[in-house]
Amino acid sequence: MYAAIGAGLAVIGIGLGIGQIGGKAMEAIARQPEALGDIRSNMILTAALVEGAGLIAMILSFFVG
Amino acid sequence: MTAIRKYWISLIFIGLTAFVYAQPGHEGHNHPQPAPQQQSTDTGQHPEAVGATPHDPPAAGHSDCGHLLSEEPEFNAGDNAVHHIADANAIHVIGNTYINLPCILYAPGHGWKLTTTSTFDAHHHGNGAYSEDGYVLVHGSVMRFQEEAFAQGRVKIDDYAHQEKEENGKTKYLYSAIINGQCHPLLAKSTLDGGLMGGGLTNFYDYSITRNVFTMLLTVVLLFFLFRSAALAATRRRGQAPKGLQNFLEPFVTFIRDEVAKPSIGPKYEKYMPYLLSAFFFILGLNLVGQIPFFPGGANVTGNISITIVLALITFLITNLSGNKHYWEHIVWMPGVPAILKILLITPIEILGVFLKPITLLLRLFANISAGHIVILSFVSLIFILGKAGESVGGSVGGMVMSIPLTLFMSALELLVAFLQAFIFTMLSATYIGAAIEEHHHAEDHH
Repeated sequence: MYAAIGAGLAVIGIGLGIGQIGGKAMEAIARQPEALGDIRSNMILTAALVEGAGLIAMILSFFVG
Repeated sequence: MTAIRKYWISLIFIGLTAFVYAQPGHEGHNHPQPAPQQQSTDTGQHPEAVGATPHDPPAAGHSDCGHLLSEEPEFNAGDNAVHHIADANAIHVIGNTYINLPCILYAPGHGWKLTTTSTFDAHHHGNGAYSEDGYVLVHGSVMRFQEEAFAQGRVKIDDYAHQEKEENGKTKYLYSAIINGQCHPLLAKSTLDGGLMGGGLTNFYDYSITRNVFTMLLTVVLLFFLFRSAALAATRRRGQAPKGLQNFLEPFVTFIRDEVAKPSIGPKYEKYMPYLLSAFFFILGLNLVGQIPFFPGGANVTGNISITIVLALITFLITNLSGNKHYWEHIVWMPGVPAILKILLITPIEILGVFLKPITLLLRLFANISAGHIVILSFVSLIFILGKAGESVGGSVGGMVMSIPLTLFMSALELLVAFLQAFIFTMLSATYIGAAIEEHHHAEDHH
């Protein structure tokens, strides 16, 4: 049971992180709309890195519990 | 006629739905028991033959060794998902059709055994009817008798059973084979994880060509022919615009060279391009092959931690073997920091970082791909859960309506994740290699 709670907490972390990345990316696009392509690719890249860290925690909790 | 031309897609969907409805239900449908002598008595709790519902209380189909594998238990979505992302010795194509693969097994004290999974004579769910020199086939994976008495010859197995056991707070699955009503415990293959994921050293080692190895070889051969034809086309059409397969593959190669290798590694990037390209296309190919739901795809290769460990190990070796003096100096004795701080804090953290960076590489790839597969399998299991494993057709159709959009969405996301994770692995490998071969250029900052 505690493993599931741990996995949920890890996903909260992912949500917060990717939300912040997305928010800042939106602001940056609003400031300079012609940089849309660069900002979009960097946003997806950083989001995947953050998600990777959170998914590591989730998979560890799968295997522990 | 124009109506058919306009609505042929919907007609295909309706036809498939009708096909689903037309299947016989699972109430009272047991596996065709081959011969009466297979149903030997097992401590008197003999399961009923055709006609009994498989959802009786555990007294039917339960013996001292646990739940019999020949009786269909309640559908357990978690076990089903884990079983589908795990490795197996025989490729399960559909229903009871298996593709047999070679087995290379070694038991200390009994030597090597080279065979294929067809010797186990598996007909139902990949459970072998015979044991061969102590090895059996359970659900498509090779296991071995724990007792030494079975180590030679061919013994007929009546049934298999499995039960859960609580051990140190973790549930362990124990499989046993039932011969003449007697339980004989079985052991799975040895793994080097020391019990972390339910493994540990047992009495045999499995070096067979399993489903993952077969898929890896298939992907490697496919990639080889793809790139060979693109490379031949590139040399033949030197100076002309590329077309065809070369046109399709060249943007990827150029992307890796211009966006990943050159910025990260610098002027000596050409030496490491073969490794970066191989890693990228190997991981990408395996991810995509794992997404295809039917044979020859559908094997979860990169979601298996053994494969990602090897990939991260190769990156680790390349990074550290090509590290120059500057790199090692920055790790062990960072210039410009007070000595006491270096001994206590900086050096241990840097040495830990040398190992931790490949570990995060492997865990990231493994977790992303296997989590995606588990989610897709859970969405497909919705159909079975709501249809109560075949009892309720209306429930399963409702499950189908809910599950198809979710599965489609998750598969599209998985497609994105496949490309993204291959790219991230390659980019981070390039960054680590670039940090290792970086030349000393800020001479004015320290010493």
